[in-house]
Amino acid sequence: MLKPARPLSADIAGLLTARARWSALEFAFWIIAFASIFLFPDYYLILTEIVIWALFALSIDLILGYAGIISLGQAAFFGFGAYAAGLLAKHGLVTEPTLALIVSGLGAAVLGFFTSFLVLRGSDLTRLMVTLGVALVLREIANRFPEITGGADGLQGVTISPIFGQFRFDLYGHTAYVYSLIVLFVLFVIARRIVRSPFGLSLVAIKGNPLRSAAVGIAVNWRLVAIYTIAAAYAGIAGALLTQTSAFASLEGFAFDRSADGLLVLIIGGTGYLYGGLIGALIFRFAHDYLSSITPQYWQFWIGLILVVIVLVGRDRIGTWLDPVRTLADRIAAWRYSRRTRALGATSDGGGQP
Amino acid sequence: MTPVLETRALEKRFGGIVAANQVSLRLEKGARHALIGPNGAGKTTVINLLTGVLRPSSGEILLDGKNITNVEPHSRVRLGMARTFQINQLFGDLTPLETLGLAISERLGTGTHWWRTVGSRAGVVDEIGELLERFRLVDVMQERTAILPYGKQRLLEIALAFACRPRVLLLDEPAAGVPDAERQEILATIETLPADVTVLLIEHDMDIVFSFADRISVLVNGEMLVEGTVDEVSHDPRVRAVYLGEAFDG
Amino acid sequence: MLTILFDGVAYGMLLFVLACGLAVTLGLMNFVNLAHGSFAMAGGYIALVLVNRMGVPFALGLVAAFVFSAALGALFERTLYVHVYNKSHLDQVLFTIGLVFMSVAAVDYVMGSSQQFIEIPTALQGQFDVLGIGMSKYRLLIIAICGVITVALQLALMSTRFGSQLRAAVDDQRVARGLGINVGVVFAVTFAIGSGLAGLGGALGAEILGLDPIFPLKYMIYFLIVVTVGGSSSITAPFFASILLGIGDVAGKYYMPKLGAFVIYTIMIVVLIVRPQGLFAHGRAR
Repeated sequence: MLKPARPLSADIAGLLTARARWSALEFAFWIIAFASIFLFPDYYLILTEIVIWALFALSIDLILGYAGIISLGQAAFFGFGAYAAGLLAKHGLVTEPTLALIVSGLGAAVLGFFTSFLVLRGSDLTRLMVTLGVALVLREIANRFPEITGGADGLQGVTISPIFGQFRFDLYGHTAYVYSLIVLFVLFVIARRIVRSPFGLSLVAIKGNPLRSAAVGIAVNWRLVAIYTIAAAYAGIAGALLTQTSAFASLEGFAFDRSADGLLVLIIGGTGYLYGGLIGALIFRFAHDYLSSITPQYWQFWIGLILVVIVLVGRDRIGTWLDPVRTLADRIAAWRYSRRTRALGATSDGGGQP
Repeated sequence: MTPVLETRALEKRFGGIVAANQVSLRLEKGARHALIGPNGAGKTTVINLLTGVLRPSSGEILLDGKNITNVEPHSRVRLGMARTFQINQLFGDLTPLETLGLAISERLGTGTHWWRTVGSRAGVVDEIGELLERFRLVDVMQERTAILPYGKQRLLEIALAFACRPRVLLLDEPAAGVPDAERQEILATIETLPADVTVLLIEHDMDIVFSFADRISVLVNGEMLVEGTVDEVSHDPRVRAVYLGEAFDG
Repeated sequence: MLTILFDGVAYGMLLFVLACGLAVTLGLMNFVNLAHGSFAMAGGYIALVLVNRMGVPFALGLVAAFVFSAALGALFERTLYVHVYNKSHLDQVLFTIGLVFMSVAAVDYVMGSSQQFIEIPTALQGQFDVLGIGMSKYRLLIIAICGVITVALQLALMSTRFGSQLRAAVDDQRVARGLGINVGVVFAVTFAIGSGLAGLGGALGAEILGLDPIFPLKYMIYFLIVVTVGGSSSITAPFFASILLGIGDVAGKYYMPKLGAFVIYTIMIVVLIVRPQGLFAHGRAR
């Protein structure tokens, strides 16, 4: 890019680049995430679970946090991906796991594409109903064809081949965890790219003011179809991961509980900044362990209570508890920015310093 | 010569109410055309019909001679039509920087490019800066739109329409709610528009109408009462009757 | 075949009584109460306890179900729901899902997770054979009770002062307030009655729908479909929607056992494609 002529343009260019740049906190997050492979070898199974929930919650963030679509049925795509991966492995159709993962994701995307048109119409209520309905329909289909899906007993006899023919899924879950973490990271990077792009910006605009978005030339419905399809692929891949790491798929993948819990995971972590699903998954899992030790059977009661309390206290107010972290991130970003502009020798206009 | 924007017998009915009745407009290229009328006359309805937010009950809308009556609102923007809203319609959570960056990216066709960063395309950054300066928004460019003072929001509202580089610009009471001192600012910016841009202006402020417009259409109860040059309209007795009591010196 | 029709109508009317409270709540306060089914479940279980375990007559059990759920509704509305009215739809969804989870777990803990049935009096068991149509006595009772309730609701809505206040508030809340109508009270009373009816429906329907802790989750979609297909600006529209769905569901499950459950979902999808604001609604999309 040519060096901009006037200082204001330089400022703007700098701000826009800074907007997309990875912050120090983000680097720290992922370094710790990958370090966990070596730091917590006893916890691989739990960590894999967390990763799968994180990916699922990420898919919900894409449609809820960025496009404002309230869905009660994201599990439709999760379950679809789960069964797809299971059937691909069981019948030897696609034996290499990463390839099967991609195929399952694509299948979920196709499903998402065709159901997206139902979600475009109507109010929030109709969206709730449609998304819920689609998940229930899929669950019913899976239930009614036990010859294919195993019905209520789940899909049996699934064996997963080694990744790239090399890395066997071992009993300790080491391969499973590394595999899942890498998948999550790759998909996260792509999602981050998407939301920081002009396309991602248009989604936030659509969420805030669809009327004005159309008045600026944005084809609102097509953008929503696009993000819904992408989110469906993400959810499908999460489901496929579950099947591949546990060698089992069940009707539970389609369950309302899964959709609702995914929503809760995202809400705990916060919507609209992509890390909410990941952080929420961590907190969710710890809470689950803690509460299960108190009342093993009725942990659903506590989930309900947490949801009620979160809403009554106010999601914004809870969000402000994270403010010290955000201020820290902002300060680091500002410091890095001022170092950069001083290095370039350009004078700051005083306009719009973060 | 083909008018840039034309409506033929445009009608809009809401149940029993006729909001727009046989409205016919012709705007030549570069026109500075004002649409005036009492409150509730249907002026905003006309704009909503022109932009596609409302579908007409009957009649046609033509842009450069092409029938756009059934064209979606966002496609009309792509064809070169932009508008401002009487009540600010902005993106509360975005900053002016992001708002203008969005509109410019869309116009340049990079709106769906999910792999780029905003502003990476050449020229976008310069254009954002230019608009920010022109509309005095540089000092607030990084603030959330929702917390900006009304005057700044109004400037952003207009800047957003400008960012679309329209051939036809529909301004719905651009100075509405703006204190006197800043009205001149808004007028000054509107006057910087290139001469080949066609402008339809809805306004109540007669000073702005007279200093800006070449031609005026008067809309009363959804019907076009009179259409003509500023002189013709301001001396028309019917118009005076409608505006009884208002200072209306030509 | 006519038996199927008869059963479908009974099922539909039951659905209506269960869901009408939800329709009015949505139309009045634009509030999505996914926990509506929990009030139905509460009524069902209260009747179960009273009738099965304490020997209370069935009729009294039904009344108790109504009263208990109405009281529960009033209590929850005043203490909890009132704080959530002005929040976003997402918050309302999260809140009511939370309530559903809590109610499901609580009932599971107290009453056990297996499906239970209320002992209906012998007089109501068996069926009449009229013109070759096998009419189950119990379903006849359902039709009778629900029919009376529907008529009563319509009369109350159209001919009483409270009814007109309610209709005004549904139509335009701000204007209604401006006219001096205490919208808060209207809503509290309506919510209570709606919950009470749900409870009655839960008790009445236990024989047909079954009663277990996951009742609110199982039937959530049905209530939503009734409200969406029928719209939320009247009573008659959800009524006909319920009948349509009831007949569709029963007929579907009878004639196509493997795919019968999908009839309801298909109706839902078709309606959404054709008329997003509801099949019978007056063309106003909410």
